[in-house]
Amino acid sequence: MKTSKSAPFLFLLPYFAMFLVFIIVPIIVAVGLSFTNFDTINTPGLIWFNNYINLFTRDSIFMRFVLPNTVTYALIVGPGGYVLAFLLAWAIAQLTKIPRTIVALILYSPSLTAGTALQVLWRIIFSGDRTGYVNAYLIEWGIITEPITFLASSTYLLPIMIIVGLWSSMGVGFLAMLAGIMNGNDELYEAGAIDGIKNRAQELIYITVPTMKPQMLFGAVMAVVNTFNNGAIGVQLSGSNPTPGYAGQLIVNHIDDYGFIRYEMGYAAAVSVVLLLIIWLFSKVANVLFTEKDEF
Amino acid sequence: MAGYKGNRIGPKKFERGQIKIYIIIAPLVIFMLFPIIFIINHAFKPMDELFAFPPRFFVNNPTLDNFKSLLKSARSAGVPLSKYVFNSIFVTFVVVFVGIIISTMAGYALSKLKFRLKNTMNSLNQAALMFVPTAVMIPRYLIISGVKITNTYWAHILPLLAIPTSLFLIKQFIDGLPDSLIEAAVVDGATQWTVYRRIILPLIKPAIATGIILSFQQAWAYLDSSNLYVNTDSMKTLAFYMTTLANLNNLVAGQGVAAAGSLIMFIPNLVLFIIVQKDVMNTMAHSGIK
Repeated sequence: MKTSKSAPFLFLLPYFAMFLVFIIVPIIVAVGLSFTNFDTINTPGLIWFNNYINLFTRDSIFMRFVLPNTVTYALIVGPGGYVLAFLLAWAIAQLTKIPRTIVALILYSPSLTAGTALQVLWRIIFSGDRTGYVNAYLIEWGIITEPITFLASSTYLLPIMIIVGLWSSMGVGFLAMLAGIMNGNDELYEAGAIDGIKNRAQELIYITVPTMKPQMLFGAVMAVVNTFNNGAIGVQLSGSNPTPGYAGQLIVNHIDDYGFIRYEMGYAAAVSVVLLLIIWLFSKVANVLFTEKDEF
Repeated sequence: MAGYKGNRIGPKKFERGQIKIYIIIAPLVIFMLFPIIFIINHAFKPMDELFAFPPRFFVNNPTLDNFKSLLKSARSAGVPLSKYVFNSIFVTFVVVFVGIIISTMAGYALSKLKFRLKNTMNSLNQAALMFVPTAVMIPRYLIISGVKITNTYWAHILPLLAIPTSLFLIKQFIDGLPDSLIEAAVVDGATQWTVYRRIILPLIKPAIATGIILSFQQAWAYLDSSNLYVNTDSMKTLAFYMTTLANLNNLVAGQGVAAAGSLIMFIPNLVLFIIVQKDVMNTMAHSGIK
């Protein structure tokens, strides 16, 4: 095929220019800034790994609250939401077309509420006085006598964030896995039946999962990204940064706190780099789990 | 193959065996649906029902009062609601339109054209699938003030144009088209640009629909730009205005208005998804990372 030399680059130029300026360069700048004490006012000076050393040795809020909260939240909402998405996709793939489409739409729609709607909705439901829906019902059923200030409580904030996180976790990855299951090869299932596969669970483990590993990997990466994209959820729900007693403080809020409230941007950049490394680590695990090993 | 009753995936008709699936997923479906039904009901509640104790889940006498107060509250804040609506629609439209053009162009090159660095660029974009914009909000802020586009529409639009997930899905979809189509056209003397416009674009409508929905969702709900890059109130977006309402919702009366606002934010997303859901599922079948 004859291709003019410049054609591919002209096609790629607009996208990759934007990609470079708003994705690649910011990552490089974040890494660069993380070695400085940049505070937007004074000339930044190079302080090498001091930000990282301070983060892990002196920042008691990071070590006591932010890191454990982030790990707890990410481990439950990431893999938890992912497994849930897969099992639900698998379950509804076994329904007839119309109910399947309707259920898929219902499961997907919470992920569309990200941002404002999410904030308003759950703040009304968990509102801390007697008019809050959860409080009103708990009082009516005699489980509690006084309303609980859920969103200002260091006990309840993180669990509520996890519930809301799981609620909105059926996004693009869920759709991809549903499509992957729907496109499974019928002959494989037939061959499996001949080879002695007896029930749905065996079918799931020996046929469905191995044939859709690429979609499983895409779904896993989307689950990780979605988890950290919703990282400001604690602040959205409680309405304050820092969150009450740092109970809902996730790493994204810590970046916001240092970067845009205290203007210690060098330090905040170091926190960003740690966040990028955590995301990379999660995706790496997914890669190891779902990449076709026989290719190597 | 006496025992094989056929694959259970994607059944054509209802069978008794499906009942237990309905029973198992029912609680989860209700949990997912509940908050959405709630917000719809809440948005139409008149004042006395918002104040009712114990609070009621469903609305009794639906009214448009909350939507009317939403209009009024914006007027009293100095910037008319229509300005926020215009900003959001304009920004979203440009992001979706330009985003689709640049990612289909790049997708075509990354899938069908031959050039050096092709594999590198593909793996770069694939690695960027795990990119989380909030992680680099500080460098982005510095870049945007560095190129002096704070307080302009550019600050809303430019950061959202390159969406790696969108490019990835479009590129995977183009991979599924046979090379012979393009070769035949090139033999007939077509340029790459003609191939892209006359052959590729009409054939990848499902992937375009998916790209539209991904861009739309991001642009419509995008808050970073209004929070960080734009200071003038009249340049901010509807999504931003809605968050200011949400912060007032300690007042029970404010709840109804905030609910009405979030419904306005949610409905366009839902309608768009319902329209293109078939195309999205079609594209997702190609979504695997190999």
